[in-house]
This record gives sequence, structure tokens and C-alpha cells, in this order.
Amino acid sequence: MTAVAAPETLKPPRTSVGVLGWLRQNLFSTWYNALLTIVTLWALYALLRPALTWMLTTARWEVVADNLRLFMVGQYPADQVSRIWLCVYVLGGLAGSSWGTWGARFRTFAVAIGSAGLFLALLPFSLDIRLRWLGLGVAVAAGLVVGRLPWPVWLRRVIIAAWLLYFPFVLLLVRGLERVGALPRVNTNLWGGLLLTFLLAIVGITFSFPFGVLLALGRRSHLPVIRGFCTLYIEVIRGVPLVSVLYMASIMLPLFLPEQIRVDRVVRAMIGFVMFIAAYVAEDVRGGLQAVPRGQYEAAGALGLSGPLVMGLVVLPQALRAVIPSLVGQFISLFKDTSLVAIISLFDLLNIGQSVLANPAYLGLHREVYVFLAALYWVFSYAMAYAARRLEVALGVGER
Amino acid sequence: MASVVSLHPRVPLWRDVRVLSALGQAIFVVVIIIVGAFLYGNVRAALQRQGLVTGFDFMRAPAGFNIGDGPAFEPSESYARAFTIGVINTLRVIGLGIVLATLLGLVAGVARLSSNWLVAKIAAVYVQIIRNTPLLLQLFFWFFAVILKLPNVRNSITLPGPIYTNVRGIYVPWATPTETFGAWRNALIVGVIVAGLVWLGIARWERRTGRVGFAPLYALAAFALMAVVSWFVLPSAPLTPDVPTLRGLNYRGGARMSPEYAALLFGLVFYTGAFIAEIVRAGIQAVSKGQVEAARALGLRPLLVLRLVVFPQALRVIIPPLTSQYLNLAKNSSLAVAIGYPDLFSIGGTIFNQTGHALEIISLIMLSYLTMSLTTSLLLNIYNRRVRLVER
Repeated sequence: MTAVAAPETLKPPRTSVGVLGWLRQNLFSTWYNALLTIVTLWALYALLRPALTWMLTTARWEVVADNLRLFMVGQYPADQVSRIWLCVYVLGGLAGSSWGTWGARFRTFAVAIGSAGLFLALLPFSLDIRLRWLGLGVAVAAGLVVGRLPWPVWLRRVIIAAWLLYFPFVLLLVRGLERVGALPRVNTNLWGGLLLTFLLAIVGITFSFPFGVLLALGRRSHLPVIRGFCTLYIEVIRGVPLVSVLYMASIMLPLFLPEQIRVDRVVRAMIGFVMFIAAYVAEDVRGGLQAVPRGQYEAAGALGLSGPLVMGLVVLPQALRAVIPSLVGQFISLFKDTSLVAIISLFDLLNIGQSVLANPAYLGLHREVYVFLAALYWVFSYAMAYAARRLEVALGVGER
Repeated sequence: MASVVSLHPRVPLWRDVRVLSALGQAIFVVVIIIVGAFLYGNVRAALQRQGLVTGFDFMRAPAGFNIGDGPAFEPSESYARAFTIGVINTLRVIGLGIVLATLLGLVAGVARLSSNWLVAKIAAVYVQIIRNTPLLLQLFFWFFAVILKLPNVRNSITLPGPIYTNVRGIYVPWATPTETFGAWRNALIVGVIVAGLVWLGIARWERRTGRVGFAPLYALAAFALMAVVSWFVLPSAPLTPDVPTLRGLNYRGGARMSPEYAALLFGLVFYTGAFIAEIVRAGIQAVSKGQVEAARALGLRPLLVLRLVVFPQALRVIIPPLTSQYLNLAKNSSLAVAIGYPDLFSIGGTIFNQTGHALEIISLIMLSYLTMSLTTSLLLNIYNRRVRLVER
């Protein structure tokens, strides 16, 4: 056989490949697209140039640097802040060990936390703070090493249990105990900043979950009284603004309770959030319940399971698995909505910003503070939204 | 065997589903009543300690405070009137907000699908930034960092119109009605009716002949014709332009948007617009490619494909989530209280602070929002039923 010479191929024209081709295809494909591109570029320049100039030269970022501790933990006593660091380290350790145990599924999460710690350690904080951030990276690494050890299978259960216990642990650690000297009680009035924002969101979603599931089951119940009650609750709560529910919780709750019971303001706000979010969680769960095919009920019934067992063993597990992503979405919106506690004068992240701005030393620095706060909220919300998308893929929702 | 197996064996009472469910509901009702009575008793006791009488009589007393925005209000007028003005102020924000947010959302949603890379990316950045930061923060930003940083009256920013923008508000040209305005308004009402008839007629013709008749276009033309003809037929112009002019220390004339209103409106529009953009994008993407290709294969022009094939189908996906965004906008307007815009929530709060009638005020506030939410969702549900896919 004679070797066949490769036919000589013409190269594509220079205007349809490479950078030029990309530009032509994506920015200048038609005359009006080209016009649109040029107008947009001009507008972008007109907008970004002053913004960047301000950000790099005129902006007085010291308002952020000076009040960083306030933004993070509010009035939390300085000598007790190490308790909060401990919470952060435990989170890092848990993430690392989950990575070690389960591998790829937790890798992004653990790497993100660890590298965030290392990145913050590089920023020009005081040496003490930088070492503490370095500790987060160390905690993740240590967790990874521990997770990689050839442990028996039950270690996985320990880690799962640790994850479940993590939030109660954080609450206990932050709040402290009455009679333990090493862990004195920190009054909730002193909680503030990002710490309060996170605690409100976590408590809100954790406690509203069981209520939401019950409400969803109630709304799908065959018993008219229970169905009516649950429907009424869900529709009323979803029809009014969160502010009014918070306002009600903060003003009316003391009226509704006997005189001798006093509930402090943070707990009142938490109750308001739980009441509010439960209705939304219920609608999410109801969606999940509706997604479980009828055949599942019938098959479970045919196997001889009773009503509650059909629900608990067959339907709910499938329904809840389907609603995990929308629950994360709910958590993200709750995380943003915690800012509304500023209206009932709790000092969450946003309201700390307002009180810093009220300080005459930082008069008129609204832009600096708001840009910083927006960046902070954005990083957390976006990271959680990203995690939710990954989770959706991992769980294969909508594919089974 | 002779014995007949009964088809309905006697179920013992404690395992009869009907008995069990009735019993369960009865227990539920009893528990609710007990809890309700407990809470009610506590409220009564608390109110008695404060020496308050429940009831809405206090709403007739003079309010004694000023309202900085909306219809004219004197402090000597009643609380009830003050609350009504709060409701009007809320509706003012919601009405304009929904229109503008829908427009912004449509533009941003289509821009995200643009074949122009730059435009698509800018729309994506807008959506991602807005959706991942709290609305209250955005409102604070608009109010404190944008509107209150505008120049003072003497150095107002002049936009074509002329629209004057300064720290006291935004002044736009408006129109004042003259004595012939009533007649013109009646002519406009007739114009609306004529336009409706034209629309219906063309729609019927479309159904009969199967051709495309551009009903909205002709209806609009009919209305415009009616408006223009009656304007010139009347002895004097029904409206005279009212342009804001600098007189003394402030602008007079025209319509003024207060800083609080402007901040609330911008905040709500940009926030809700980002969510609507995602809904519009999802709706358009939900229309399968085959539909577009089939429509093109039938010889429809691109714009007609969009109008007759893509949009009606996308609308079905868009309407339900859009409804909940409108409701969200309505509910989020209550954040006005944080920047001092006198909406129904913030006026309700003022009344509560003055009178201490927590129970009545909070029920009034919640009832107002519930009415708004339920009306909106009812109207949009009716519309949704019309555009929904009719399944066999």
C-alpha cells in the first residue's frame, strides 16, 4: 500500500478563529450588535472609572478596619471571643475530616474554608489575628489527616453525629452556662454583627424545619379541621411581610405570655423568624411530597405498612431529599432577611454598620460601609448558592 | 362451608378510621381552643395592667403628627385618616414599582440571553450582585449613599425634560388640569371603550380567518385618535404643562418625588427586577428549541416567531413565579419604615407608639397586607387560568 498523503487543508480564515473570531462572533456579529457593544463599553467606562478611582483613592477604608471586630461579633466581650474562634476551628476540623472520610464530595467545601483561612492570614491584620486565621487552615488539615486514618466504618457515624450536634454546640458555646466558671454566660444583648446574623439564620432554619414538615403534612391531611388550620396559617403568614411578623413577635409576644415569663429580644426575634420561615418551608416540603409518585404510597400500603409508617419510611425520606436544595435556598434568603432585625433594633451585621455610621468620627462614610457589608453578604450568599447548585447535582434531584 | 364471610367485618371502635379521625380532630380543636384561651387571657390581663381598652375607637382621635409624603394631611385629622394615607402611600410605591420592575426584569432577562457577550455578562453581574445582598442594605445604600449625597438645590443635576435632581428630591414636569379637563377625561373613557371594541372585533376576525391582525396596535391607534381629536376639538387645552422652576430656595411646580420615595422605589425596582430577570430567562429557555425551529420552518419571520410562538409559551412558565415576585414587592415595600417613608407600616408603627394599641394596629397592618396579597394573587390567578396550557 502506498501511503496516502494527507490532503492539503485550507486553514480557516483568521477572522473566524482565535481572539478575532471570538470577538467577531460574540461582540460584532451584526451592525446593531457592534453598536450595542460600543455603547455598552462606553457606559461601562463612564461608570467604572469613577467607581474604581473612588475605591482606590478617595474612599476611607479605615472605617472598616477600625471596626472590624464590631462588624464580626458586635459587643461580644473581648476576653470571650476565643469561644467564637473555637466554633470556627471546629467547623474547619469537621469539614477536613469529612473530606478525609468521604473524599471528593466535601473537597470543595473543605478547600474553600481552609484557603479562606490561609488567605485571611495573609491580609495585614495584627499578628495575633493572622495566626488565628492560620489556625483555621491548620484545623482543616488536621481534620483531613484524622479523616484519612484507617478508621472503622463507625467513624462516619461519629462525624455525621458531630455535624448534627454542631449547631447546638455553637449555641451553647456562644451563650455559655450559668454556673461554669470557664464559660460564663454572655447575655444575648451583647451578641451582634456577623455572629448574630449567622445565629439568627441557623436557629431560624433549624427550628422552622420540623414545624414546616408538620404544617406540610397537615395541609395534605384528609382531616378537614387540621388541613384548614394549616392552610390558614401558611397563607396568612405568606401574605404578610416579614417585618410585621418580627414586629408582632417583639411587641406582642410579651403580651401573649404570662407576666412572670420574660423572653429577651434576640429570642423574640428568633421566634418571629421561626414562625415566618416555617410557612415557607412547609410549602417547599409540600412540593417535595407532591413529587413522590402515587405508586410509592400504593406499594408501601400493599406491603402492609400503616399510614404513619408509609409516611415516615417511604414518602418523607424521598420528599425531603428532593427539597434539600430549596431548603438551602430558603436558608440563603433567611440569611439576607436577618438584616430586618435592624428595624426592631437588634445589632446584626447591617445595624452595626448603621451604628458605626452614627459615630461622628466616621461621618458620611456610608458608601465605604455599605460596599463592605454588601461584599460580605455577597460572598456568603453566593458561596451558599454555589454549594446548593452542587448539592442539587450530587443528589440528582429531578433526574430520578 | 355455609357461613358467609361478611364483606364488612365489624371493626372495633378504637380501630375504626372514621372514629379515629373524628377523635383526632376533636382533640386538635380542643388543644387549639385551650391554647387560644390561655393566650387571650394573658393579653387581657396585660392590657388591663396597662389600662387599655380594646377596640378601634381610638382611631377617631386626632393624630397630632405630620406626614411628609403623599396626599395632604393635617395633624388635627384622625388616626384613621392617617392610616388611610399610609395605605395610599404604599399603593403609590407598589403600583409604579411593579411596572418599572417588570420592564427592568424583561430587559435584563432578555439581555442575559443576548448573543452579545458583553451585554449578557453585564446583565448576569447585575442579577448576581442584587440577588445575593439584602434588600434593606440596598435601600440604605440608595437612600444614604446615593440620594442624600446628591447636590443641594442650587447645584441641581439637570436631566433633559427638564428633570431637576437634588438632595430635596426629584422634580419632573407635570401637567395641571384646566376647566375643560373633565370633558377630555370623559372622551378618554369613551376612547378606552372604543379601543376595547376594536380589539375584540379584530380578535374575532383573527379567529374566523386565521390571519394575524395586530389587535393591540389598532386598539392603541383608536385610543390615541380619540385622545388627540378630542384635545383639539375642545375650546381650550385640557392640560397645561407645569414645569418646575427655581423660585427662592426651592423648586416649585411640577411633580416632586421625595428622597424617601425615590430611594424606596429604586431599591424595590432594582431588587425585584433582578428576580424577574431570572424568571423571564427561565421562561424563555423553557420553550424548546424545536418550537422555534418548527416556526421558522413554517416561514414565520423572527419577530413573529417570538410574538406568536415563543412568548405565549414562555408566559405560561413566567406568570406563576411572577405573581409571587409582585407579592414580594408589595410585602417588601414595608421596609419603607427603615428609611422613613410614611407607608402603612411606618404610620401604623407611629400610631402604635402614640397610643399603645398593639393588638389593633398589628391586626390592621396584617389585614391590609393580606387584602393586597390576596387581591393580587386572585387577579393573576384568573389571568394565569387564561394563558395556561389546556390539557386534554
